[in-house]
Amino acid sequence: MKKYTYTDKKDTRSGFGAGLLEAGKQNHEVVALCADLIGSLKMNDFIKEFPERFFQIGIAEANMMCIAAGMTIGGKIPFTGTFANFSTGRVYDQIRQSIAYSDKNVKICASHAGLTLGEDGATHQILEDIGMMKMLPGMTVINPCDYNQTKAATIAIAKHHGPVYLRFGRPVVPIFTDDDQEFIIGKAWMVNEGKDVSIFATGHIVWKAIQAGEKLAEMGIDAEIINIHTIKPLDVEAVLKSVAKTGCAVSCEEHNRLGGLGDSIAQVLAVNNPTPQEYVAVNDSFGESGTPDQLMKKYGLEAEDIIDAVNRVIKRKK
Amino acid sequence: MNTEIQNLQRTASQVRRDIVRMVHGCQSGHPGGSLGCTDFLVALYFKILKHDPAFKADGIGEDLFFLSNGHISPVFYSVLARSGYFEPSELATFRKLNSRVQGHPTTHEGLPGVRIASGSLGQGMSVAIGASLTKKLNGDKSLVFCLHGDGELQEGQIWEAAMFAPHNKVDNLIATIDVNGQQIDGPTKLVLSLGNLKAKWEAFGWDVLEMKGNDMEDVVNVLENAKSRTGKGKPIVILMYTEMGAGVDFMMGSHKWHGVAPNDEQLELALAQLEESLGDY
Repeated sequence: MKKYTYTDKKDTRSGFGAGLLEAGKQNHEVVALCADLIGSLKMNDFIKEFPERFFQIGIAEANMMCIAAGMTIGGKIPFTGTFANFSTGRVYDQIRQSIAYSDKNVKICASHAGLTLGEDGATHQILEDIGMMKMLPGMTVINPCDYNQTKAATIAIAKHHGPVYLRFGRPVVPIFTDDDQEFIIGKAWMVNEGKDVSIFATGHIVWKAIQAGEKLAEMGIDAEIINIHTIKPLDVEAVLKSVAKTGCAVSCEEHNRLGGLGDSIAQVLAVNNPTPQEYVAVNDSFGESGTPDQLMKKYGLEAEDIIDAVNRVIKRKK
Repeated sequence: MNTEIQNLQRTASQVRRDIVRMVHGCQSGHPGGSLGCTDFLVALYFKILKHDPAFKADGIGEDLFFLSNGHISPVFYSVLARSGYFEPSELATFRKLNSRVQGHPTTHEGLPGVRIASGSLGQGMSVAIGASLTKKLNGDKSLVFCLHGDGELQEGQIWEAAMFAPHNKVDNLIATIDVNGQQIDGPTKLVLSLGNLKAKWEAFGWDVLEMKGNDMEDVVNVLENAKSRTGKGKPIVILMYTEMGAGVDFMMGSHKWHGVAPNDEQLELALAQLEESLGDY
């Protein structure tokens, strides 16, 4: 098992804030919109540097999505910022018609995704957003794993033409990827090569997969760990190449097991190479109030849950 | 009446012929609102807008128009075709398979003249505000226009946009509301009352104008007046009073023709009332 360490921990939303500032410096067409959550989205640095390119929309997310769509006409690259729940479910029809169907170059940037938003509870803990967004034709869906990767992804999507959903979160999580990494949309990142099981993970749970991989190595199981930061378009080649070697798969995500990364992997496997797969995901339920750590444990998203899933799936191998 | 107004009226007559023929040709679509808004769209595209039918999607340096009530696509398509965005013959493919002339306007099939999809109501004012903000950022002095149905004002997003534009001094925007008092299920006052629209828009901080939407001379005058009021710190809204089905006597005065196509006999009756001024497609 390749050794991963971290010296610092930060929230991925701060990676977005840093990336937005950098994207704004690189391209004067980048503009930012926010629905009354500037501090939560870490947009302050961008606003300070480019006040004329920031638009406070107020608590009106539908208006924000369509204003962003309109701003692309004439060349702007709008980044919208609000919680994942209000970036997707609340405004699905606006995104569908005015952004996705109209092929507008809007970057929908969504913080506080999943259970780890914590104490606010299930009204705010969206676990269905990846599913909704990946079903829209032409939408790119990205869920980076740490601060550095979120920053790199934010800079990368400014250079990519087309609608993007960028998902990140509130909790402070280990920084273990390079600060000068090149983020290639749609290209999976090989975290650790192995031969016994393929672990496909997205978002900050990749760190849990690394922890699981270390324990599995002690148990004599050589796990391949792949970071699927881009859920759509999925790196099908990386998925198939890995399972051709390992013969089984575990998918890990802070999302409902219906409609998320696991389903995307399962579809690729079913069509191309039917392979045993286990899910580490929320089991079709809403969340609840609690600390992020308590919630990750209660809803089965810890390293131990990944190890259990690996043990189950290896037994199912032919 | 001057010659220019007469020419616009003759163009409007041809557009009305196109509308009823398009809707008849596929036996679906929305003739009522299309006929009611014909004079407005003809005045806009043949007199008011600074626009280039060679069509560049980014619209830099051009006035832009967004149709928010996308179901009145027949009038939009006819006006686009008649002003040179595409061949009028393509109107015959309206709502048919493999056509660029989709049921509701879209950029998806690449039809020149369309810059955003519409159909799901309530979104176009926000889109127009976005385009207006970009024009301001670009130092582009041209204007942005949008059109809405009065029934569409029942969508909450309209009022989000209505609040945003005055607060942000979006004064390069001219919105028009087609006040015909009708929607699919009946008169707006029975379905969901709109109340005092003038007072509502004024209370939100807009510069409110009123217009007789089926009187070409008034349409041109009010639109020119609206243009002269841009750049003064307030967005402008025109309450445009129209008759659904205007120009075809048996389609006027009720919501019945909101989304119904005429049969062969009704088509002939309608065409008999409308001069073929530019030649049918």
